[in-house]
Amino acid sequence: MTLSRRQFFKVCAAGAGTTSLALLGFSPDQALAEVRAFKLARATETRNTCPYCSVGCGVLIYTLGDGSKNVRSEVIHVEGDPDHPVNRGTLCPKGAGLKDFIQSEGRLLYPEYRAPNSREWQRISWDEAFTRIAQLMKEDRDANFIATNEAGQTVNRWLTTGMLAASASSNETGYLTHKFARSLGMLAFDNQARV
Amino acid sequence: MALQSLDIQARSATTTAVPGVRETLDVAKLIDISKCIGCKACQVACMQWNDLQGEIGHNHGDYQNPRDLNDTTWTLMRFYEVEPEPDRLEWLIRKDGCMHCADPGCLAACPAPGAIVRYSNGIVDFHQEHCIGCGYCITGCPFDIPRLSKKDEKAYKCTLCSDRVAVGLAPACVKTCPTGAITFGGKDEMIRHAETRVADLRERGFVKAGLYDPPGVGGTHVMYVLQHADRPELYGLPKDPTISPLVELWKGAAKPLAIATMALVGLASLFHYVTKGPNAVSREIEKETEHEEEEQA
Amino acid sequence: MTNHWVDIKNADLVLIMGGNAAEAHPCGFKWVTEAKAHRKARLVVVDPRFTRSAAVADYYAPIRAGSDIAFLAGLINYLLSHDRIHHEYVRNYTDFSFLVKTDFAFEDGLYSGYDAETHKYDRSTWGYQLGEDGYVVTDPTLQDPRCVYQLMKAHYARYTPEMVEGICGTPRDAFLKVCEMIAETSAPDRAMTIMYALGWTQHSQGSQIIRTGAMVQLLLGNIGKPGGGMNALRGHSNIQGLTDLGLLSNLLPGYMTLPGEKEQDFTAYLEKRSPKPLRPGQMSYWQNYPKFFVSTMKAWFGDAATADNDWGYHWLPKLDKTHDILQVFEDMNAGRMNGYICQGFNPLASAPCKIKVSGALSKLKYLVVIDPLATETSEFWQNHGEYNAVDPTRIATEVFRLPSTCFAEEDGSLVNSGRWLQWHWKAANPPGEARNDQEIIAGIFLKLRELYRTDGGAFPDPILNLAWRYKQPHSPAPDELAREFSGRALADVTDPKDATKVLVKKGEQLNGFAELRDDGSTACGCWIFAGAWSEKGNLMARRDNSDPYGIGQTLDWAFAWPANRRVLYNRASCDPAGKPYDPSRMLVAWDGLSGRWSGSDIPDFKADSNPADGMGPFIMNPEGVARFFARDMMADGPFPEHYEPLESPLAKNPMHPDNPLARSNPAARVFEGDRENFGKPDRFPYVATTYRLTEHFHYWTKHCRSNAVVQPEQFVEIGEALGAELGIRSGDPVRVRSQRGFIVAVAVVTKRLRSFVLDGQPVHTVGIPIHWGFTGVARNGYLANTLTPFVGDANTQTPEFKSFLVNVEKIQRVV
Repeated sequence: MTLSRRQFFKVCAAGAGTTSLALLGFSPDQALAEVRAFKLARATETRNTCPYCSVGCGVLIYTLGDGSKNVRSEVIHVEGDPDHPVNRGTLCPKGAGLKDFIQSEGRLLYPEYRAPNSREWQRISWDEAFTRIAQLMKEDRDANFIATNEAGQTVNRWLTTGMLAASASSNETGYLTHKFARSLGMLAFDNQARV
Repeated sequence: MALQSLDIQARSATTTAVPGVRETLDVAKLIDISKCIGCKACQVACMQWNDLQGEIGHNHGDYQNPRDLNDTTWTLMRFYEVEPEPDRLEWLIRKDGCMHCADPGCLAACPAPGAIVRYSNGIVDFHQEHCIGCGYCITGCPFDIPRLSKKDEKAYKCTLCSDRVAVGLAPACVKTCPTGAITFGGKDEMIRHAETRVADLRERGFVKAGLYDPPGVGGTHVMYVLQHADRPELYGLPKDPTISPLVELWKGAAKPLAIATMALVGLASLFHYVTKGPNAVSREIEKETEHEEEEQA
Repeated sequence: MTNHWVDIKNADLVLIMGGNAAEAHPCGFKWVTEAKAHRKARLVVVDPRFTRSAAVADYYAPIRAGSDIAFLAGLINYLLSHDRIHHEYVRNYTDFSFLVKTDFAFEDGLYSGYDAETHKYDRSTWGYQLGEDGYVVTDPTLQDPRCVYQLMKAHYARYTPEMVEGICGTPRDAFLKVCEMIAETSAPDRAMTIMYALGWTQHSQGSQIIRTGAMVQLLLGNIGKPGGGMNALRGHSNIQGLTDLGLLSNLLPGYMTLPGEKEQDFTAYLEKRSPKPLRPGQMSYWQNYPKFFVSTMKAWFGDAATADNDWGYHWLPKLDKTHDILQVFEDMNAGRMNGYICQGFNPLASAPCKIKVSGALSKLKYLVVIDPLATETSEFWQNHGEYNAVDPTRIATEVFRLPSTCFAEEDGSLVNSGRWLQWHWKAANPPGEARNDQEIIAGIFLKLRELYRTDGGAFPDPILNLAWRYKQPHSPAPDELAREFSGRALADVTDPKDATKVLVKKGEQLNGFAELRDDGSTACGCWIFAGAWSEKGNLMARRDNSDPYGIGQTLDWAFAWPANRRVLYNRASCDPAGKPYDPSRMLVAWDGLSGRWSGSDIPDFKADSNPADGMGPFIMNPEGVARFFARDMMADGPFPEHYEPLESPLAKNPMHPDNPLARSNPAARVFEGDRENFGKPDRFPYVATTYRLTEHFHYWTKHCRSNAVVQPEQFVEIGEALGAELGIRSGDPVRVRSQRGFIVAVAVVTKRLRSFVLDGQPVHTVGIPIHWGFTGVARNGYLANTLTPFVGDANTQTPEFKSFLVNVEKIQRVV
C-alpha cells in the first residue's frame, strides 16, 4: 500500500497535534532528504550593469538555456558580479530585484495610440506610429521653425516641439538622440539631470 | 540521497544512525548590526533566490515590511528606534530569520520523520514534502521563526540557502549585502571576525559591544554582533534562549512511542524496497497528484 | 564625483550631507564601511532626518531643511577663525591671493548689480583686478583687503555658531563637534570626502550649497586627494553620461555650449570659449575648444561640415534663453508648444507641481512616450480615480506609447558617478514588439528625413546633412555609435612638433582628445569620451580589476573620462614640489629622473610639466587654481550666502532681517504666475522635504513585485512632537496639503524627525517619500509632486523639492 503524497499530507494534517505521524507506520516515498538542486548550474551568464542609480553595479544575468537555436531564452535570475570593483557581487534591494523589472507586468509590449479625447489605447504597428509621428513633427516644424529672429539674426530653432531624453539610456542612445534633436533645431531639450 | 557535501547529522522523528565519517566545515553567518543599513537587499535576494512571491501588504506606520515573517518571507528587517541613554537616538535594525541552532528546538519538536534535518555543516533545513503542518516546530523554536503557509499548510523558514552552500556558494543574503553587515564562513572564523568588530565598536564608544551566540541552544550558526550585547532585548532578541519545556516534555513522553515507530518505519521501508525497488516516484502517484491539483484548481 | 566610489575607502572622515548614501546608493556606501573598518574612519551625517545613513554614523547632527549654506558657512568661519586650514594648499592651489575689482560689493544680502525688476544680476563687477600684462593682480602676503582671502574671511565672519543655531536649528554643541571633527582633516595626511546628492541640488540655491561644500574642501586641501573630493552621487544610471553628452537645452557634448543668438560670428563664438591663461604659465585647457567643436561637427555632419560653412555652425539652433524643463512646462502650459517626446522620463511625476504639468500636457497636440514601462506620463489623460482625477474626453492630446527595451535586452555603455564608462551586454530578447531606443529614434528620423527629401520644408539642411552612415540605417548598432563618439582620424594625424611623424593613420580610431584637430581631419562626437574605443578595442568593456597600488585604482577596469583618469585634480594631492602629501596613498608624483608625472592614476596635468615651472593643478581654469571667488560664473553671487527657501517658516532671513529682497535667493528661477502660488506659514506651518527610500528607485520599482513587497504603500513621516500635537499615531491616515494640492498617506510617527525652535517658534518637519503613483504593482498612491512648488535654482533650474511648506491633518480611514 502506498499513499499518494497529497493523501498522506491530509492524513497528517488530520492527525496533527495528537500523535506522532510515524506511529501511522508509513513514511512517504523518497523519504530521504535532499537539498534543492542548484538552479543555475548550466544557465547562460551575461554581464550587465544595473540600470538604476549611478553606482553602476555589475550584474550577472542568468538566462535559461545555453544559447542554442531552438531555445527561447528567458531571464531566470539576476545576481551581483563579484568581479566588479565597486559592488563586488553585492546588490541593493533594487538591484537584487532586477528580474522583476525585466519581467514586470508593467512592461509595454507593442506600440499604442490614444486618439484625441479618447478614453482608451489602441494597438498600432510600428510603421503606423513612425509615419504619424513624423508627419506631426514635420507639420509643426514647418509651421513654427524660426530661421531668423526679430533682429534678423540667424537662429534656426524649433521651439514648439521638445524632448526629454532618458538618463538611464545608454551613451550610444544618448549620443544618437542628441544628433537627432539638434539636427531638427530643438532647444526645448533636457534630461533628468535637472530634476 | 542527500548531497555528500551536506551529510545529515540529525533528522526529525528518526533514530537511524547518521553518517559520521566525513568532516565538513561548520558554517556560520555573522550579522553585524552596527554595519546594517536596513536596506532589505537581503529580503529581496532571499525572495529571488528561493522563488518566493510575497503578498503586497500595507504600511503599518513603520519601515517593517512585510508585517512579520511568513511563508514567503524567510528573513525580515526589524526596526527599533531606541534611546539606550538619554538624548542619544539609535535606530537598531536587525535582520531576523532562522538562527540555525546547534541544538534546534524545531527539530526536537518535529514529529514528522525527515521534515526537519540538521546537516553536518550546521544548517537546519525544512523539507516541506515531509511536513505535516502540525506547527510543533513553531512551539519548539525559541526565536519564533518558522511559519505555516496558508497555501499548503506546511512550515517554512530560512534554509541558509543550503542549495547554494552545497555547491560552494554563500547564501543569497550574504552575497548581496551592500555593506558587508552579513558575512559567511567557518564558524570559528566568524567568531574571530566578530572579535575584531567588537574591538572596533568598543573603540567607537560601544563599551558593551559583543557577540550573540546563545549557549542555551548549543550556540547558533547565525550570530549577531550587537552594539549593546548586554541588552539583546533592545533588538527584539531573547536574552537567554532555550528550548521550550513543552518540547522537552513532548520528547520525554513520546520517546517509547518513537522507538516503536522507528521499528515500523524500518519494516515499511523494507516492504517498500521489496515490492517496488529503490525509491522512485511511481507514475500513478504523480498522475494522482496532478489530477488532484487540477481538481483543486 | 571628482573621485570615485572605491576611493571612498581612502577617507579618514566621511561627511554625508545633502544626501543619504546608505539608502540611495547602498553598494557605493559600502566603501564608507570599508573606510571605517580599515582606516578607522569616522562617519558624520548632517540631515533634517535621522536616516539609515545616520543609523550607522559615528555622529549625527540635525539641521532644518534648506539651511545648509548657513551650516557650511559657519564651518568656513570656524576653519578660518581657528586657523584650521591647509596653508600650503590654499596659497598655491587657490585664488586666495587674487585681487577682486574695487566696485564689487555685497550689501545687506545683495551683491553689486542687482535688478529687482528682472530678479537678475549684472555681473560685470564680479571679477578680478587685471594688470597691464592681462594677468590677475595678486597679493601673496594676503594682506590686501581686496584679496579673495580677506573678502571671504569678512563675508563668513558673520556666520557665528549662534547664528548657525538660529538658522539651522542645529544645537551649538552638535555644530561645534562636527566642526572639530572636520577641522582634523586640514592635516596634509588626512582626508575628508563629502558625499552629497539631491539633498543639496534640489533647492532654489542648490548650486551655491554645493559651492560652499567645495570651498570647505579647498580650505582643508581635500580636493584632488585620495579619499577626498566633492562627490556628487548621481541619481540615474546614466545621468552622468547624458550630461557628459550634452543632452541639456544649452549644451553640446563634452560641456561645450550652444551659441546664443547674438553669437552670429563663428570665430568670436570659439574665442569666447577658449580663454587665455589668467596667470603666467597656466594651461587653460579650454583653449582647445575649437578642436573639440570642429571634431563634433565632423562626427555629426560628416563631409557636409567644411571650413567654408564654418563646419555647419549655423545648422545648430541658437539660444534665446535656457529651455530647461521648468521653462518648457511653463511654455507648454501657456500654449506655446505643440509636441513633446518623453524618452524614458516620467515628467508628470518628476517635474514640480503635478497639476501644472498635467495641464501643460493637456494643451499639447501630440505626445510621444518611449519607455519600457507604463508610466504615469503616458496615462496623464486617463482617469485613475483620486490619484489622477482627469476627464479624458476633455483632453485632445494625441498620445503615442512606444515600448523600448530595458538594460537586459541591449548592448551599450553607461557612465557611473565615478565617470566610468562601463559596457554591458545583451542577455535576453525584448518582450513583445519592444525595440531599442536607437531603432525608435532611427525610425522617426528616417521617416522625417524622407519627408524632407521628397517634400522639402523648413530648413531641411541639417536634417538632410546629418551623418547617418550606419550599416543598418534603421538600427544603428551600439558599437558603431560608440566608435563615433570616441572619434577617428579622417586624415593622417601628425605630431604638431614633427609633421613627418604620423600619430594616427587615416581611418583609425583616436587614442584620446590630445589627437583632436580643428582642421576637419578628426571626427569625435564627444571629446571627453575620446579614446574610449581606440584601435586597442572597446576600452569600456575592459574587465581587469587588478589594483596594483592597493588603493582602489583599477585603471584597467572599463574606461573613465577624461583620458581614463580616476581622480580629478590629482596633481593637487602633491605639494608644490610634486611630492605626495601622503605617500601611503599616492595617486601621482613628479619623477625628476624621467621628467614625468606618474603613479597609480593618470596625471590630471601636463605629464612633463616640471613643478618648478609653477603650473597650477586646476588646468581647466584659466587661473590654473581653484576659485573661492566664483567671478561671474554663478547667477546668484560669487560667494554663497544663506537665503531662505521660497517657502519658509521664517518671515525674514535671519542674516538680513531688514531686507525683504534678500529673504530668499534674489536670483532664483521663478515664473511670474507662480510667484503668487507660494504657501505662507500661517496656513502651511510645517517644513516639508521629499526624498527617496532605499527599497525603491524613483517611479520604476513600483512596477517590480519584490520591491513592492518590501515597501508596499505610500507614507509620510512626522516627528513625535508634531504627532502628539495633532493627535496622530503611527498607522493613521493623514492628509498633507500644500498651496498646490494634497496627498493622503499613512503616517509614520518617529523619533527620527526632530523639531527645532527657531526665533522662539517650534518648527516641525514633514517627510514625504516619493515613489508612489497610479501605475505599477505597488499600492496606488498620490504623486508626491502634487505638493511641490514650481521654483528652480538660479543656476541649474533644479526644482526646490527639498524644502517647502505644508499642513497636515488626521483623517478618517477610508475603507
